Amino acid sequence: MLSFIGRSVVQKTITLFFVSVVSFLIIHLAPGKPSQVDPLNPKFTPEVVERFQKEFHLDKPLYIQYVYFYQDLFTGKTVSWKDNQSVLKKIWERFLNSLPLFIVGTLLTWTLSFPVGIRSAIYRGGIYDRSATFLSYLLISIPGFFFAYVLIRFVVPYFHVPVIGMETFGMGDAPVYYLIMDRIWHLLLPSVLYATGGIAILSRYVRSQMLEVEGQDYIRTARAKGLPPEQVHYKHALRNALLPFVTMFGLLLPALISGSVIIESIFSWPGMGRMAYEAILARDYPVILTVNFISAVLVLAGTFISDLLYLVVDPRIRL
Amino acid sequence: MNTDKQDSSEKIYIEPPLAPKRTRWQEFRRHFVKNKLAILGLIIFILFFFCAVAGLILTSGSNPLFDPAMVRLQEKLRPPLAKPNLVSLKPAEVPTLGIYLMGTDDLGRDVFSRMLQGAWVSLTVGFVAVGISVLIGIFMGGIAGYFGQHHIRIDHILLTLALIFGTGLMIAKFAFIGTLILLLCLAYIFYSRQTRDRSEEQEMSALKMILHGNAFSVDTLIMRIVDIMLCFPSFFLILTVVALLPASIYNIMIVIGLTSWMGTTRFVRAEFLSLREQDFVAAAKALGINNFRIIFRHIMPNAIAPVLVSATIGIASAILTEAGLSFLGFGVPPPHATWGNILSNGKNFIFDAPWLTFIPGIAILIVVLSFNLFGEGIRDILNPKLKGRS
Repeated sequence: MLSFIGRSVVQKTITLFFVSVVSFLIIHLAPGKPSQVDPLNPKFTPEVVERFQKEFHLDKPLYIQYVYFYQDLFTGKTVSWKDNQSVLKKIWERFLNSLPLFIVGTLLTWTLSFPVGIRSAIYRGGIYDRSATFLSYLLISIPGFFFAYVLIRFVVPYFHVPVIGMETFGMGDAPVYYLIMDRIWHLLLPSVLYATGGIAILSRYVRSQMLEVEGQDYIRTARAKGLPPEQVHYKHALRNALLPFVTMFGLLLPALISGSVIIESIFSWPGMGRMAYEAILARDYPVILTVNFISAVLVLAGTFISDLLYLVVDPRIRL
Repeated sequence: MNTDKQDSSEKIYIEPPLAPKRTRWQEFRRHFVKNKLAILGLIIFILFFFCAVAGLILTSGSNPLFDPAMVRLQEKLRPPLAKPNLVSLKPAEVPTLGIYLMGTDDLGRDVFSRMLQGAWVSLTVGFVAVGISVLIGIFMGGIAGYFGQHHIRIDHILLTLALIFGTGLMIAKFAFIGTLILLLCLAYIFYSRQTRDRSEEQEMSALKMILHGNAFSVDTLIMRIVDIMLCFPSFFLILTVVALLPASIYNIMIVIGLTSWMGTTRFVRAEFLSLREQDFVAAAKALGINNFRIIFRHIMPNAIAPVLVSATIGIASAILTEAGLSFLGFGVPPPHATWGNILSNGKNFIFDAPWLTFIPGIAILIVVLSFNLFGEGIRDILNPKLKGRS
């Protein structure tokens, strides 16, 4: 156990190092320079460009830039090229905006997909199963942005759901419960969209896991000794089918930061995805690289946690 | 009676006892015909394919039959099936079919011709991107699975590093030093090839012992590369690279392909690892067949099925990714239509001209759905666990 932890920590640190090198190279070797973003801007005289390059070490060779960048990152001094604000502070603010979307979306996904998947597995081949299957294919295949506009077209005129931003503008001294309701109201459509793809995929996965377990011998034994069907389904089958899903908690971690570029830009939601998108458009390298680095850390931490959870949950696995 | 029985038993004996009654292909077809959703997917895919090819032929060239770039400002935002106002149009501007089959957009361009033009983009993006990712995946996975237990020696690593370093120097200003390093590397390769046969007999010197030491296996190397690639958030990475590179459809195909080969690599590696130990591979090796032939004629046909399934579903997700990118305004430069950018332009008129959103949206939905249904259908058929149960 301890040796497994030690080994994977070393391995993941090495992986992280290479990820940082590769992402740095991708950004810096691509054609175009950040100083060329706005060549028509009269304020961008050659002297300003030169000062800009000196300020951000852009005149140094690549490997020195690399060292400078990650030194700044680990001491928390990285600043955005666009507005000179601390990158970590910017990310933290945007992260807090994305967090409610993530939490509500994930809750919707996990609470809806399990009942749907379990019911389809129990009544396999029935009308419910077939319609759920077709619906989930439909939801997997529908482009998120198109679905967003379908919802806007048909839901907004009848229910007056707000579709822009996180809160209604100019609600300065409204009562607290009103502010909270406003926030939830704004959260409705984006989080439903955030959850749709997840529900479709996860319910299919729950269904196939349940089917796999229901075909096992011990389920037949349980049935044969006359247990009621509910007990067989929920006590014998479901508990074993849940094993792989425990590990998925670890894999949720990276979704925390990546956000959703398309959903957030449709609903003008000031979250992580939109910040990353704006940073890409402005060639704000520090922001892009920091988001990339943090998400790589979260992916690695997530796989590590899911390995550990598997180890705890499944006594058959010994590493 | 007695002779009859003997006859029949002899007949049975004459039949080759182990050959299956139906070939694999017949078996596949028998199951496929039963799966209605998969057939539906296949039919839609074939229709889409012909639409895309027809679209390419009819909308390209200097004087196309359907001109997707024809601007008629007096005819903007006409609903589907609307008749053109012949009084205000020049004869050349009248749509080919006599009506606007799918309406016109905010510049009065015929949406039907734009959809035809966009179909080809979706088709090629799906196939080329997945083709690239499958090729890389099979190559990397095959090497990791088949040659995985081989070790990379330290001198190989040093040699590779020196080669990269030398090439880098040559591309940068120091051409002389770079060439020198490259020449040294070539000399070392030549030297080690010459002495390879003798080195096993002789006592190795200490330096050579270190240089010929095993660092890590090929399998470890490739799987670590896969791990590194999996660390990047894929849509974000694609967005970054596409935004930095000049706008072109080929860049999108290549980038999507280069960021989605990891799943295929893992599949192929797992298949190769189990197939490598099978008896027929041992027999092929005993016959002295070379590795190349074993890999491509003996192992690959047995390992290709899950790859095809994941490729079909990969096409669906590549089409979705491309549509998302053109929705955000990346990819094919503007006058050329893609389904994503028709939708992206049309979203501003969602209440006045909903067809501009719904026609491309539903088209993307149907095509992606057909690939998903077809892929899942093949997966069910090829899954031995589900056989005979349904």
